Amino acid sequence: MNDIRIENESRRRFLQAGLGLTLGIYLAPRVVFAGVGEDPHAEAFEPNAFVRIDTDNTVTVISKHLEMGEGTYTGLSTLVAEELDAAWEQVRVEGAPADATRYANLFLGSQLTGGSTAIANSFEQMRRAGATARAMLVAAAAQRWHVPADTISVRQGMVVHAGTKHKATFGDLAVAAAKLPVPEHVTLKDPKQFIYIGKRFPRKDTSAKINGSAIFTQDIKLPGMLVAVVAHPPLFGAKVKSFDAQRAKAVRGVADVVAIPSGVAVLAPDFWTAKKGRDMLSVDWDESGALRLGTNEILAQFRELAATPGAVARSDGNAGQAVAQAAKHLEADYEFPYLAHAPMEPLNCVVKLGADGCEIWNGEQSQTSDQHAVAAVLGIKPEQVKINMLYAGGSYGRRASKDNDYVVEAVHIARAINGRAPVKLVWTREDDMRAGHYRPMYLHRMACGLDDKGTLVAWQHRIVGQSIMAGTGFESRMVKNGVDATSVEGAHNLPYAIQNVMVDLHSPTLQVPVQWWRSVGSSHTAFAVETFLDAAAHAAGQDPLQFRRALLAKHPRHLGVLDLAARKAGWGTPLAGTKAGERRGRGIALHKSFNTYVAQVAEVTVRPGGRFTVDRVVCAVDCGIGVNPDVIRAQMEGGIGFGLSAALYGEITLRDGEVEKSNFPAYPVVRMREMPRVDVHIVESQEKPTGVGEPGVPPIAPAVANALFAATGQRLHKLPLRLA
Amino acid sequence: MIKLNVNGQSHEVDVDPDTPLLWVLRDTVGLTGTKYGCGVGACGACTVHLNGVPVRGCQTPASAAIGAQVVTIEGLHDRVAKAVQAAWQKLDVVQCGYCQSGQIMSAVALLARNRRPSDADIDDAMSGNICRCDTYSRIRAAIHEAAKSLA
Repeated sequence: MNDIRIENESRRRFLQAGLGLTLGIYLAPRVVFAGVGEDPHAEAFEPNAFVRIDTDNTVTVISKHLEMGEGTYTGLSTLVAEELDAAWEQVRVEGAPADATRYANLFLGSQLTGGSTAIANSFEQMRRAGATARAMLVAAAAQRWHVPADTISVRQGMVVHAGTKHKATFGDLAVAAAKLPVPEHVTLKDPKQFIYIGKRFPRKDTSAKINGSAIFTQDIKLPGMLVAVVAHPPLFGAKVKSFDAQRAKAVRGVADVVAIPSGVAVLAPDFWTAKKGRDMLSVDWDESGALRLGTNEILAQFRELAATPGAVARSDGNAGQAVAQAAKHLEADYEFPYLAHAPMEPLNCVVKLGADGCEIWNGEQSQTSDQHAVAAVLGIKPEQVKINMLYAGGSYGRRASKDNDYVVEAVHIARAINGRAPVKLVWTREDDMRAGHYRPMYLHRMACGLDDKGTLVAWQHRIVGQSIMAGTGFESRMVKNGVDATSVEGAHNLPYAIQNVMVDLHSPTLQVPVQWWRSVGSSHTAFAVETFLDAAAHAAGQDPLQFRRALLAKHPRHLGVLDLAARKAGWGTPLAGTKAGERRGRGIALHKSFNTYVAQVAEVTVRPGGRFTVDRVVCAVDCGIGVNPDVIRAQMEGGIGFGLSAALYGEITLRDGEVEKSNFPAYPVVRMREMPRVDVHIVESQEKPTGVGEPGVPPIAPAVANALFAATGQRLHKLPLRLA
Repeated sequence: MIKLNVNGQSHEVDVDPDTPLLWVLRDTVGLTGTKYGCGVGACGACTVHLNGVPVRGCQTPASAAIGAQVVTIEGLHDRVAKAVQAAWQKLDVVQCGYCQSGQIMSAVALLARNRRPSDADIDDAMSGNICRCDTYSRIRAAIHEAAKSLA
């Protein structure tokens, strides 16, 4: 079908593996340490920057995207294997080096894993990479066997000429194929021919992650390496005034204590010694420029702002007038707290300075931005910053640090000791949770109006909260006329047919660092829209599902997931019985984010005293062509659990500027006993694939809140959810 | 010097006796499969077996492991452990994977003492292990799957 021009990727020897053992690292097969030394792939066939075929018949897919749990390594392998007709077992994955000229995210323009784009932006690129390699292997076989290329077939990693019964593996042909020109055009498969795409194949990272051999940043140990633990300021905006290192240095094993812009670092050969040293430091902080507000005061400021018009994100008709003249109108304020990402692997980064530049080992989510930031600190060129991308122990947006905070901190420490040893910066859980970069706190002020027939005719939505994109490289693209698109996404583009709509925004500036958090703006807008709409349905005396359906006539994909979730959940049928004193309810929510459509129906049981459990969630997702349905299911399950943690518990509070929550006992998250049963249904589609890492998150909190209303009659306007 | 037996091998380590076993395993012995997640015994990422009993490595001083058999994720090899790992593989439980060593150590300890765990047994045994990717449904299914294969 598609006849696509091939980029003539130069054949370069860009990965040189095997050094890990020399460096004394516990080397997992999938981790490649770049550096000098023997090149074990000297004979390998690299038709492009994304595929390498070794003479041992291994197909190595070079992943430009981080594997942080969302299944990228498996998805990108699927795309290559599909067009290459490789056998699944012969395919392995390596993280790509930092090089935006070859490994840029085609949607975002730099090398970056984010915005649920890994598969979507790579869908054609990686297939083309596989198809090119296949064409060259076939050409090599045709030459060797003196038969026309179009009489050769490839199946499951075997190249076969049926007429002459010739057969060869990819490995057999790798050396010959490497000498051939890269074809200008390759033809990609018609979806009807897919053998991998759309079917479940096992994850590429499972084996290493169930026996302890997977290598995360935390696991890197270089010869002579020192571990650094840092004393950070207790307040945002505070700085080191002076410090006394005497007691820290007296701790047996502490190698050095150095001041850096973000605090004071204690270095030792191991973490525990460095941490003991850090705990013995006395630091005098300059708090003159520090934030002293508590979250209550911040909320009060937000309320004042909410009384005034903001920058307009959308204005259809005259919403203010229409609300005032409506037969019935509703008003509500919604409050959303700061949220920490709290990935299981607290932030960390390994840095080694050398004569030629700097080498970094990291669960690297934002190569291009980190390269530039590090180069600026060291006064070198970005391309002199070599980055080894390791598995990340979660991220949810945190490792794509918008100000490169932890990576730059590690570099400052390495520089402060004049590069005399490689440095592994390790943040404790408390360091990680107190460091800001939170999902911003928001206040939403909403009003809507219904006419005398119960039709929703007016909708006003005002949002108050810090801009995430301000001050980042994305600002010029994402902030227009005072509106940060990520503050209003999911609100200004609500799909419901309402005649008069106004969405406006205030973006106050505060010293609390804020950042994208799994599903970004939709993590709060979906809650406000979907619970307020539910309230409107109730006020109109209509069923929440039918009320939504009537407003979605022009949105078939929204309707598709909504109807599918409702049907699979048995919407409208009574819920199974309750024990005495228990009340049960069902709630629905719908949200499109990152071009993926998700509807969820939650079932809750409320016990006397207001304690409740979420028993079951039915989820319908439309993400276009589903590359690996099991990974899609896993991301929906995970997104629901992650969103539920925020719905039930998530809340970072400040008092006099100090972060009050710093570890899991104070910042609880969902555990085994709170995880509901989740049933995921995937819409069959031939649309282009869209992301699944984030879109499972937004609908769960509103679905649960709507279910709580159905069970109790209480409307909750604040996260985390607390019944009276 | 402290003498430890880890995965059947004896190690002499020069650490303060109050150093948490987690850091001795990771930084001194060099077994990095056991993970640091919270340092306060609240997340379970550092779960190891001490004489077959699951303990939090971050809350166990090295001195408490003297004379005991310490088993880490790298040292799992018995029938129960193999069944658990096979179930994890079959159901593709993992996402980021960082917590999974601890999850598997807790699951193996559960199945070692209870071959037919109910959902409530699983809740009790596994609720000390946090997974921020929320792979809990698959962990639960994999424990049932392992139990079935051991029956």
